[in-house]
Amino acid sequence: MQRIGVFVCWCGSNIAGTVDVHAVAEALKNESGVVFSTDYQYMCSQAGQDIIKNAIAEHKLTGIVVCSCSPRMHEATFRKTAAAAGLNPYMVEIANIREQCSWVHKDMLSGTEKAVILGRAAIAKVHLNAPLTPGQSPVAKRALVIGGGIAGIQTALDIADAGFPVDIVETKPTIGGKMAQLDKTFPTLDCAACILTPKMVDAAQNELIKIYSYSEVSQVSGYVGNFDVTIKRRARYVKEDLCTGCGLCTEKCPQKKVPNEFNLGMDNRRAIYIPFAQAVPKIATIDPDYCTMLKTGKCGICSKVCTAGAIDYTAKDEYITEKYGAIVVATGYNPISMEKFDEFAYSQSKDVITSLEFERLTNAAGPTAGKLLRPSDGEHPHKIVFVQCVGSRCDSCAEKGKEYCSKICCMYTAKHAMLTRDKYPDTEVYVFYIDVRTPGKAFDEFYRRAVEEYGVHYVKGMVGKVVPQGKKLMVQASDLIDGKQLHIDADLVVLAAAIEPDKSARPLATMLTASMDTNDFFTEAHPKLRPVESPTAGVFLSGACQGPKDIPETVSQASAAAAKVIGLLCKDHLTGNPCVASANEMLCSGCSQCANVCPYGAITYSEKEFRMPNRTTLMRRVASVNPAVCQGCGACTVACPSGAMDLNGFKNNQIMAEVDAICRN
Amino acid sequence: MKVTYFPGCTLKNKARDLDEYARKSAEALGITLEEPETWQCCGGVFTTANDEVATKLSSVRLLKAAAEAGQPLVTVCSACHNVVKQTNYAMANDPTFADRVNRYMAEKTLYTGDTKVYHYLELLRDVVGFENLAKAVKKPLTGKKIGAYYGCLLLRPGKVMGMDDPENPRIIEDLIRALGGEVVTYARRNECCGGYVSAESPALAKKNSNLIAENAASAGAELLVTACPLCKYNLEKNGSSVPVVYFTELLAEALGLKEDAND
Repeated sequence: MQRIGVFVCWCGSNIAGTVDVHAVAEALKNESGVVFSTDYQYMCSQAGQDIIKNAIAEHKLTGIVVCSCSPRMHEATFRKTAAAAGLNPYMVEIANIREQCSWVHKDMLSGTEKAVILGRAAIAKVHLNAPLTPGQSPVAKRALVIGGGIAGIQTALDIADAGFPVDIVETKPTIGGKMAQLDKTFPTLDCAACILTPKMVDAAQNELIKIYSYSEVSQVSGYVGNFDVTIKRRARYVKEDLCTGCGLCTEKCPQKKVPNEFNLGMDNRRAIYIPFAQAVPKIATIDPDYCTMLKTGKCGICSKVCTAGAIDYTAKDEYITEKYGAIVVATGYNPISMEKFDEFAYSQSKDVITSLEFERLTNAAGPTAGKLLRPSDGEHPHKIVFVQCVGSRCDSCAEKGKEYCSKICCMYTAKHAMLTRDKYPDTEVYVFYIDVRTPGKAFDEFYRRAVEEYGVHYVKGMVGKVVPQGKKLMVQASDLIDGKQLHIDADLVVLAAAIEPDKSARPLATMLTASMDTNDFFTEAHPKLRPVESPTAGVFLSGACQGPKDIPETVSQASAAAAKVIGLLCKDHLTGNPCVASANEMLCSGCSQCANVCPYGAITYSEKEFRMPNRTTLMRRVASVNPAVCQGCGACTVACPSGAMDLNGFKNNQIMAEVDAICRN
Repeated sequence: MKVTYFPGCTLKNKARDLDEYARKSAEALGITLEEPETWQCCGGVFTTANDEVATKLSSVRLLKAAAEAGQPLVTVCSACHNVVKQTNYAMANDPTFADRVNRYMAEKTLYTGDTKVYHYLELLRDVVGFENLAKAVKKPLTGKKIGAYYGCLLLRPGKVMGMDDPENPRIIEDLIRALGGEVVTYARRNECCGGYVSAESPALAKKNSNLIAENAASAGAELLVTACPLCKYNLEKNGSSVPVVYFTELLAEALGLKEDAND
């Protein structure tokens, strides 16, 4: 039999204003097992906590009920109080007589009656409480960052700065991501490469950072603090430790007709290549789809010219496994395909380009060495039409585009328009928009400069059709403010394509059991209060994989994610939550219902031998819960058809005892 | 497979080719087109007078006849297809309209929009299959540079027609490929030819038609293929530099059913 103490809090007048706290304390005195009951003005105060501690010692209490505010507010406080007095903290129950009683009732009589009932339920539960001890698991002091764009680089740098080793896994041969392809960055117009490449070099030179380029995550198991990750290192046919990045091979390779993805196919590279001059790591990679040697066995020129002897045509994919305490997802975004938007004639004319292609056309390291020239004939365009929201905010065409706003397009289009007018004042520039959305520090001023100082024609309305005719692009559009149709004979049309999460995100989310929204953006644990954590413990989010973001926001989130990772890696052990589920193997029928509903992937199955009558044995499939992964949500206990699943601290009989106590007259 | 086949008035007069080659090709592809014993004009003007009932009754009777025969309904003309599908959609999704129509018709059984309506092109794509069609081709249109001309009615409104993306269609292009021809894509392939405006403002229709033909010609099309008698009329009347044929004629030619094939 438990010896239970009841402590009724006034919370000033918050509770005492609507609930007769003395009457509650008196009424609960008569409940079975209650040996002490009192009320006090602020139970959470030091004096209030002392009352509890003294009562535990004096009355040899084995369980306590605090009738106060929501357990979200002070459960932890009162558990600590109990622990300080030598009582197991899980022998404390809270009856919420504030949020769920005094705040919602006006009448003292009914408020008091309800408070007594809530107290009664908590007492009934304490009778069945058992001391619980949280388990501990060690923390592997190494972090994994998946994706080597600006988000991944910043996260890795910050984690390494705190003294923890961190690995970056990047699918491309170099880190740098989309930012490496950009020309200037808004709103300050500093050159993207100038601010990014030093960070890339920092990452490469940092002893705590290991970069696995041309690699991908192929398998993840384990849980927070203890992830086991298999990384596939794709064969690049060049020995990383020997290649000096001299680039001789990339000059001598006879296969010259490979579309250069770094310049979005607007020029060609060789079959052996270094993506761009500042690539990190600066190591050549052989493209197996185009290399004559790999395809036919006849060539070998790169091997002959390589003075370092780094070429290895026999290389195979390698797999390495590593233990990590935390994983950061930084898989980024891509512009959507323009295939389904051919009303803008993207497939029909080389002079209809996307904004990212425009970025390369104006970049000094791009296919035109920074001169803005039409892709079709290399002439200077005199009239340029920018079309915003191509595939963004598509509520009527959701099967073609995206319902959301891609967020970055208004600003980069203003940047493109402004830079064009600045460099080529003889060029007429039109921007068609649905809305101009430029909130952000110094953002709206930037857009207004494009309009007011640089004379960019901003037209509210959408382009309906682009018709290639001779050397011109006939643009049909509507001007909604003037209410008229516009026909513009443009030389170049630039489409601000919507952005979407990288294709690798979905399979990665499955491996990590991290949740995603319907657009394949990773979901955060709380949209306002936990924006850089995935609901899956130990998995953190950095950059555009969580939603469209510009560079300043991405970098902020990257550092925030790093701070969370550092907080985790600082701990030697993680204290688990003892309120986790467990399976009663005698009742479990191995039906998998619980595993199907578990959002955390905490439940596994194994074949187990059971003793049967007459010395026979039986092999049965039974569930088991990994307590380090279980978050104690209770979904499995409801789903289990045989009642084999139970949740510590919230056992089925405890819940039923509470219900019985509430229903008792 | 047996289907109820609705040619429509124009196919009995100006657009006989569209009808004739549709029948021949269907037979060769193993589809029996059953024309109802009696039928009337589809009504012709759904979109211009969508608030009244009388002009839609003939379409509803046709749809009901197909429902009673237990067959899908197949149309060829773009305009008929548009009217019949819109009427069917309204019967299925607009209870007020359906109620008015059913009261007006005062028949024993109600019609609630259950008939499946195919455009002949959809029949080729979804029932025959372009892959199977390609296998049935006897005289492939090799080397012919053909532009698809959709016009405005065939695919719009996109949700109701449910046939293809009105802005970026491909069904006729896929047909041309299946028949062995070379596809020429040009931007104005889904623009309006001028339609009935040719009666009231011939100059406007001429302007529209010419823009389309010029765009197709500059993209390298040597032949335009359409499903719409009015499109063909407008383009030809306004002196299209590119010849215009019905898709069924092209189909019959590739299937080796055209007697005076001049290749």
